[in-house]
Amino acid sequence: MLSVNQLALRTSLPVLFGYLPLGAAFGVLFAELGHHWLYATAMGLFIYAGAGQFLAVGLLANQAALTEMVIATLLLNARHLFYGLSLLNRIRSRGWRRWYQIFSLTDETYSLLSSTRAPQGIDEGQLQLRIAAFNQIYWVLGCTLGAFIGSQVSFSTAGIEFVLPALFMVLAIEQYHSIREPWPFWLALSIGLGTLLLISREHMLLIAILLSLCVLLLQRAGRS
Amino acid sequence: MESFLYLSSVIALLALATFATRLLPFVLLYKVADHPVLTHLGRYLPAMVMVLLVLYAIKQDVTFSTDILAPTACLALVALLHVLFRQALLSIVAGTAAYMTLVQMGWTG
Repeated sequence: MLSVNQLALRTSLPVLFGYLPLGAAFGVLFAELGHHWLYATAMGLFIYAGAGQFLAVGLLANQAALTEMVIATLLLNARHLFYGLSLLNRIRSRGWRRWYQIFSLTDETYSLLSSTRAPQGIDEGQLQLRIAAFNQIYWVLGCTLGAFIGSQVSFSTAGIEFVLPALFMVLAIEQYHSIREPWPFWLALSIGLGTLLLISREHMLLIAILLSLCVLLLQRAGRS
Repeated sequence: MESFLYLSSVIALLALATFATRLLPFVLLYKVADHPVLTHLGRYLPAMVMVLLVLYAIKQDVTFSTDILAPTACLALVALLHVLFRQALLSIVAGTAAYMTLVQMGWTG
């Protein structure tokens, strides 16, 4: 009979293989900015968001304003608002454990929690809490190792910043798998290119997101 | 010291912003979640934001010149691999390796 720790370890193992290399890629990228590797550890500990931390590196490299960073992060994470609803009643923990579970609800933790039921004799709240904590440990380890290695070893990392667009491309395709309609992608591409080439290179992200929001609202208003 | 203060505030703000988006459904959203406008935005906005983020991440190369070729080709590779195998790590690593090779061979800068 497995203990709750063993069961959580076994359930979270696939995330280990995802989070260590992806966290390390973040760390190496972060080290390119020239900051101390401990900041990468701090980001893994306190922000704990894959795409969000990659975006933060891009924003820091572009010396974006703080407001732009916060708005871009909020919008990037906005997808969580709509995913999280189904988990509302499934989080069993109470008190500080509940707060930690909400804080640590990444895409991967979410998918493990929504597909895992505790067997007889194992407390589901305890199991959920451990799965969440193990996942964050893998991520923080990955971030730290990557940043430490990146700051010590001087191999040529030119071009490694491409993990950023590559990650967003993967997330865009995942979005396509869930909505199965091509038009939002072409619309966003046109809006983005138009903003970049005709309106503003510097504030492209903010302007293009606001334009997209307006188009979606107008379209919705026109339908009803 | 200046960079410590700057980075700490960035980390604190982004931590708050991330936590806020995870907390919101638990405190508020379940009351308005089925509002049709919100459903519409929730369905299409994330997809559009992802496309915009792809562009944002390569924006220095989006010009009327050959700079656009290498990132476009490597993004196409990422997309192809991801459509075929749907293994996020494989798609990202292969695309990035291809791009790093091109850049380090001096094909683009």
